Amino acid sequence: MAATFYKIATVTVGSGGASSINFTSIPSTYTDLCLLLSIRDDNTAGGNFQGSAMEINADSANQPDIYVYGTSSSVGSGANSGQWSWMNTGVSTASVFSSVQLYFPNYTSSNYKSISIDGVTEQNGTSAIASLKAKLWQNTSAITSIKIKSYSVSSLIVQYSSATLYGIKNS
Amino acid sequence: MAKTYEPIATTTVSNGTTNSVEFTSISGNYTDLIIVASAKYSSAGYVIEMTFNSDTGTNYSYTRITGDGTSAASTRFTSQSKAFGGWTGASAFAANVVQIMNYSNSTTYKTALTRANPVDDRVAAYVSLWRSTSAITSIKLTLEGGATNYYTSGSSFTLYGIKAA
Repeated sequence: MAATFYKIATVTVGSGGASSINFTSIPSTYTDLCLLLSIRDDNTAGGNFQGSAMEINADSANQPDIYVYGTSSSVGSGANSGQWSWMNTGVSTASVFSSVQLYFPNYTSSNYKSISIDGVTEQNGTSAIASLKAKLWQNTSAITSIKIKSYSVSSLIVQYSSATLYGIKNS
Repeated sequence: MAKTYEPIATTTVSNGTTNSVEFTSISGNYTDLIIVASAKYSSAGYVIEMTFNSDTGTNYSYTRITGDGTSAASTRFTSQSKAFGGWTGASAFAANVVQIMNYSNSTTYKTALTRANPVDDRVAAYVSLWRSTSAITSIKLTLEGGATNYYTSGSSFTLYGIKAA
């Protein structure tokens, strides 16, 4: 029986950072997609944890969501963040990167796409935020590209951030 | 490289009159199991109940954390007749991922971790316990609320096996 968890592509951000991480020309030969991120941006305008943004097929809108989160001192829930998760920033402890998984079942279907997102963002033991998110891309097109960005348009994804996109086949 | 992530079976609902999906004759050849379900119910979001080896006794418990967009909550349910297998969407197909660890051992009770994403209603994570030392050989995913509640056509359920070596 064939193995079904294939690496499509890996992006590792080089020196100087990058405004985004892009996966383009995603083939339609899989059933699901799984995107694993180890990521941080250089934003110094806010706190240790800042938001993020994602474009699917160049569409940054039409992505309602519900999320639940926990920190070292509180839990909460919100909706329609416009983000995929939190991530470490330019004021986080050095060398700390957020880990995030995004799972896209049936990414080529003609239905709206439901996305399961789990994220953890640490601050070297002093604080942390863990989040679960349900996101929907309200579009019936097959997903052919994914762009990962900082929520701050002027911020860069820093060097050593990495992203790997996997394709999963159910047969 | 060894093949460690393999599809076992897929069911896609096509008739609109299916209330449950079952994976049977699951071999003990893997270490862990994963179910990926993309599921929708025609008029409201409903829970997907999960039972193992046709056991409908009160041998399950589960604890959940959930958020509805306004508040977060955690609740524990004991002496249940089912584990938690996911959640259907009302207006869109909901992504659900279930991980069942060390499913074929005959020594320990079995646990499952479920992530449910009915974005029109909530987001949730569940940990379920089945108080049985039997190897899991079948898994049934039933839409709650009675036999006349049906998965929407196009709902899909795939069972994968993962080998540690």
